[in-house]
Amino acid sequence: MAKFRKMLKPMGFLMGYVSKYRLILAAAIFFVLTGAAASVTAPYLIKPIVNDYLLPGDIPGLVSMLVLLAVVYAVITVSGYCSARLLVRLAQRVTHALRQDVFNKVQSLPMSYFDKHTHGEIMSLYTNDADTVSTFISNSLSAMITAVLTFIGCVTMMLILNPVLTLVSGAFFAVMAIVVTKSGGISRKSFVAQQQDMASLNGYIEEMTSGQKVIKVFSHEKQAMEGFEERNNALLTSSAKAQLYGAIINPFLGGIAATNTSVSSCVGVLMVIAGFMGGRFDIGSLISYIRYMQDAGRPVAQFSGQINFFLAATAGLERLMKLMEQPAEIDDGQWDISEENGAKAWNGGTPVAGDIRFENVDFGYVEDQRILKGISLHAQPGKKIALVGSTGAGKTTITNLINRFYEINGGSITFDGIDLRDIKKDDLRQSLSMVLQDTHLFTDTVRENIRFGRLDASDEDVENAAKLAGAHFFISHLPQGYDTVLFSDGANLSQGQRQLIAIARAAVADPAILVLDEATSSIDTRTEKLIEEGMDRLMEGRTVFIIAHRLSTVRNCDCILVIEGGEIIERGNHDQLLALGGRYHALYTGAVELD
Amino acid sequence: MYKLILPYLGKYKKDVILSVICSTVESFFDLSVTLLMAYLLDYGIGRSDIAYTLKLGCLMIGLGLLVVGMGILSVKYSTRAGMGFGAELRKAQYKAIQGYTFKNIETFGTGSLINRLTGDVTAVQSAVCTAIKTLARAPSMVIIAFIMSFMVNKTVALLFLTIFPAFVIIYAIIIRNLMPRYKTMQESIDSMNLITQENLTGMGIIKAFVRRDQQKKRFGDANNKVFRSSDRAYGFGVLNGPFSNLIMYAVIIAMYRIGGDLIIKNYLSVGELTSLISYLNSIMTQTLGIGSVFLVLSRSVVSLRRISEVLAQVPDIEDGSVEQAVEDGTIEFENVSFRYGSSGKYILENIDLDISSGETIGIIGGTGSAKSTLVNLIPRLYDVSDGCIKVGGRDIREYTLKTLRDGVSIVLQQNTLFSGTIRENLRWGDPTADETELDTACDAACASEFISRLPEGYDTVLSQGGVNLSGGQRQRLCIARALMKKPKVLILDDSTSAVDMATDAAIRRSFRENLPGVTKLIIAQRIASVMDADRIIVIDEGRVTAIGSHSELMERSDIYRTIYKTQQEGALIDG
Repeated sequence: MAKFRKMLKPMGFLMGYVSKYRLILAAAIFFVLTGAAASVTAPYLIKPIVNDYLLPGDIPGLVSMLVLLAVVYAVITVSGYCSARLLVRLAQRVTHALRQDVFNKVQSLPMSYFDKHTHGEIMSLYTNDADTVSTFISNSLSAMITAVLTFIGCVTMMLILNPVLTLVSGAFFAVMAIVVTKSGGISRKSFVAQQQDMASLNGYIEEMTSGQKVIKVFSHEKQAMEGFEERNNALLTSSAKAQLYGAIINPFLGGIAATNTSVSSCVGVLMVIAGFMGGRFDIGSLISYIRYMQDAGRPVAQFSGQINFFLAATAGLERLMKLMEQPAEIDDGQWDISEENGAKAWNGGTPVAGDIRFENVDFGYVEDQRILKGISLHAQPGKKIALVGSTGAGKTTITNLINRFYEINGGSITFDGIDLRDIKKDDLRQSLSMVLQDTHLFTDTVRENIRFGRLDASDEDVENAAKLAGAHFFISHLPQGYDTVLFSDGANLSQGQRQLIAIARAAVADPAILVLDEATSSIDTRTEKLIEEGMDRLMEGRTVFIIAHRLSTVRNCDCILVIEGGEIIERGNHDQLLALGGRYHALYTGAVELD
Repeated sequence: MYKLILPYLGKYKKDVILSVICSTVESFFDLSVTLLMAYLLDYGIGRSDIAYTLKLGCLMIGLGLLVVGMGILSVKYSTRAGMGFGAELRKAQYKAIQGYTFKNIETFGTGSLINRLTGDVTAVQSAVCTAIKTLARAPSMVIIAFIMSFMVNKTVALLFLTIFPAFVIIYAIIIRNLMPRYKTMQESIDSMNLITQENLTGMGIIKAFVRRDQQKKRFGDANNKVFRSSDRAYGFGVLNGPFSNLIMYAVIIAMYRIGGDLIIKNYLSVGELTSLISYLNSIMTQTLGIGSVFLVLSRSVVSLRRISEVLAQVPDIEDGSVEQAVEDGTIEFENVSFRYGSSGKYILENIDLDISSGETIGIIGGTGSAKSTLVNLIPRLYDVSDGCIKVGGRDIREYTLKTLRDGVSIVLQQNTLFSGTIRENLRWGDPTADETELDTACDAACASEFISRLPEGYDTVLSQGGVNLSGGQRQRLCIARALMKKPKVLILDDSTSAVDMATDAAIRRSFRENLPGVTKLIIAQRIASVMDADRIIVIDEGRVTAIGSHSELMERSDIYRTIYKTQQEGALIDG
C-alpha cells in the first residue's frame, strides 16, 4: 500500500499538468469511451448474424445487419483515430509545459545546486525524464484506459451470456493478473540494475570523450577501450536480463489465454450440448462468448505491456518533482535600483555610488570547510581594489559573494551601506559586471553576444563597447563582421578574442561595480597594451575589483589585498606593500627575479 | 540502412535464426489451436460428442503449453540479439573514435560525439529490438495463417490476399510523409538541447547579468518549436492505426457477406467461418506489427545516419611502424608548412628549426599566431602539410604514434583530469609507476607541495574534471602526469597560466635542475616565463620572425622588445 501511495504522488503531480488541458483530455476520454463501447458492441452483433441470418440463409437480412456492423466499425475507427490524435496533442502539451517549468525552475536555483549536480544529470531531466512522461501519456494512458474499459465491458457481456462459464474464464483472468503483478516485481528490480549500468556507461562515455584529446596524447586508447568494454558488457548482461524478464511475460500470458480459450470452449460446448440455461446458450452465444473472452484477456496482457512505461514515467516524474521542490535562491530584499534621468538610484532616492564593505565575513562552499575567514574590506566608490594571492586562496570566492551567488556564513556585506540581503537580487547583480577567465559565449551572433550585457543596447552601443574593449578590429575582420555566428562556445575564436568579447559585454552593461577576474590572462601583452586605454576608460568612475597574476596589472590599484588561505594577510598600496617586505614583496620580486 | 545494421548483428546471427525458428513453430501451434476450435464447434456441438470434445480440449491445452515454451525461447533469443546488437554498435563507434585524430574529433565536437554514442545508439537499438522481435514472429505467422485459411476455404483466403497491397500502399504513403516530419522534429530537439546545454555551462554569467528572462524566452521559443514539430510528426504517425482497422473491417464484412452465400451452398460451416475470422485477426495484427516496425525504423533513421557518419570517418594520420623508442630530444623542422585541410590559408609557413637535446625553448607570439599549432605538429596531433619534422634524428612519421607520443609529452592548453584518485590520474603516464616515481614527477612539477597537504595525498579522489582542485593545482597535476612518461621532449602549451608567478618560477627552476636531458618547449604569454630559456622563438602570423636568447632578442627583435616592455614596465619603474 505504501508503494502504491508512493506512485500516487508523482501521478498527482502529472495530473496537475494534465488538468490544464482538461478539454483535450475530456474529448480524448469521450472518444476512448465511444471506441470501447463500439468495440464491445461489435461481437454482440455477431450472435444474431450467425444465429438469425447465416444459419437460416437470410441474405437480405444479413446485408442489413452487415451495414449495421459497418457503422459500428466506422465508429471504432474514427473514435480510435480521434482519441489517439488528441492524446498525442495532450502528451506534447504536457511535456511542453513541463519542460518550460523545469527550465524556469533551473534558472531560479542557487549556484550551489550546479556545484552539486553535473550537467548530464540536469540535462537528462529535459530529455529522458520528460520523454518518459510523453510516451506514457500518448501510448500507455489510452492503452490503460481502453484496457480497463474493454475488460469491464467484455466481462459484463460474458456475465449476461453465461454467468457460470464466466466463473471458469474468470479464474484464468485471476491467474493472469497474479502473474503480471509478480513478474512486475522481478522485472522492476532488473530494470533498476539496467538503469544503473546505463548511467555508469553514459557517465564514462561523457567523461572520456570530453577528454579524448588527452587520451590521444597519452596513447591511452587501449585502456579507454578496456574501461568502455567493461561497462558496455555489464550493461549488455543486465539489460538482456531486464528486457527478457520484461518480455517473457507475454508468452506466459499468451499461454494462459490459450489454455483459457481451450478450457472455456470445451466447457461451453459441453454446456451447449447439455442445453444449459434452458437452451438459451446456443452456438451463436458460444461464439460471441469466446470472442468476448478473448477480448477481455487482451487488456490484461496490454496492461502488463504498459506497466514498464508506467514505472519509467513514475520514476521520471519523481525526479522532476524533486527538482521542482528544490529551494530557489533567496531573494527577499526591499531595496531596488531604478534609473531616473539616466542615473541609477536606490528606491528612487539616493544615487547608487558603489561602496562595498565586508565586515568579518566567513564563508565555506561546504558547511564545515571555511574558505574565507574573517574577511573585512572596504571598497570606496570609484576605487580600484586588487586581490592577489596563490591559486585557491579565495580571491574568486570573494567576488562570488559580492553578487550573492552564495550566502555567507557569518559577518556582513553591504553595498552603499545596505546589507546585500536587503537588496533585490536582480538589481544587485545588474549593477555589477563580471569578466571571468573562462569566457562563456552563446551560439548566436557576435553582436548578440555583446548585447547580452545590456539587452536594450543599440547596435551603435555594441560597436562602441567593442571598440573600447579593443575587439572591434578582429570582429570587423570576421567573415560576417558583427553578424558572424559563433558555434559551440565560440570555438572559432581564440581564447584571447573571447576575452575581448567578454570585456565588451561588460562595457555595454555600464555597471557601478566591475569585477575583472583574470580578465586578460589569455590576451597577449601586445594586445593588452593596445586596450589599456580602453580599459582605463571602462574602469573610470566605477568601483573595480581586479584579480590578476600579472602584478603589473594591479600595481596601479588604490588598494591591494594579499589573500592566503582565506585570510587577508597584507593590505595597502603597491609602494606600501613593497616596503613591508612581506608576501607581496616576495611575489613581486619572484616575478622579476630572473632579470 | 540494412547494410549498416547487419554487420553488428553478425555475432548474434545464431540468436536471430533460433528466434525465428522458435517463433515459426510457435505460430504453427498457435494457429493449429484455432483450427481445432473450428472442429470443436462443428463436430463437438454438431454431433453432441462429449468424448470428442474432451479429447480436442486436452489436445488444445497441450498445444497451448508448447506455444508458451516456444514463445519463451523465442523471446530469449531475440532479446539477446537485440541487446547484443546495441552493445556491438556502441563498441564499434567507440573503437572508431579511439582511432580518431584531433581533426576528426574537431569535425564532430565532443558534445556531438557523446550524443551519438549514447542517445543515438539507444534509439537505434530499441528500434532494432522491436524489429527483431516482430520480424521473427510476424512473417511466419502471416504465412501459416494464410495457408491454413486457404485449407479451410480457398475463396475466402483469396479475399485475404487483397490485404497486402492495401497495406503496402498505406504504409508507403504514411512513411513518405512522416520522414520529413521526423527530421524537422529531430532538428528542433537538437537545437533545444543546445540551448539547455549552453544555459547550464553559462549559468554563472547568466546569473551575473540577470538574463533569466532572456534565457526563458530563448528556451521557450525552442520548446514551442519542439512542441509543434513533435505534435505534427506523432499526430501523423497515429494514422496507421485507423487505416489498418479500415482494411480489416472491410475484409470482415466482405467475409460475412461471401460467407453467407457459401454457408447456404454448404461450402462453409459456421465453425470454419469463426476460425477464418481468427486467422484474419492474426494476419491483420501481424501485418500491423510489420508496418509499425517500419515506422519505428524510420524514426531511427536520423540516429542511424549520425552513427554511420562516426563510423565512416577516416583517421587522417597514418600510423608509422618504428617501435624503437625516441633516441634523444633533438627536434628538426625542415621547411614545415601547415594548413587545415588541403586548401585554404597556410597557418604556418616554411618553418626551419634545429633544437638540440636538453635545450629549453621558449615560444612567444601574439594571440592567434599559431604557437599551439607549431608544437602540436611534433607529437603528430596534426600532420604537416609540407616539409618534415624529425625527432631523435628520425622523421616522426616513421615512429608508431604510441612510441612518438611516449617520447614527446605535451601538456595541452585545455587539459583534462579524470575522475579517480590523483594516483590513477598520474599513472596515465606510466601504468606501473611506484611511489618514488610519482614523487619525482610531482616534485619536478611543484605539485608535491599541495598534494602532501591533502588529507589523503595521492589517494585523494578527484571529481570529474578535477573541479575540487584550483586551476593552478590542476595545471601542475597535468604537468606531473606528462612527466610520468619520462619523455625526451616536454611541451607546455601555456600550461601554467593559472599558476601564480612564484610557483611558475619554481617550476622552471625545478625543470632546470631535475630535467637536464629533456628538451623543453614552453609556450607562454608572460616573457618572465621564458626569458631564462636557452633560446626563444618569436612567432608572428605563422612565421618565425626571430630566434635567440633573451639578450639577443632584446637587441634584434622589435616585437620581442615591445612585448617585454609592456610586461616589465610596472616592475622597472618601481624596481
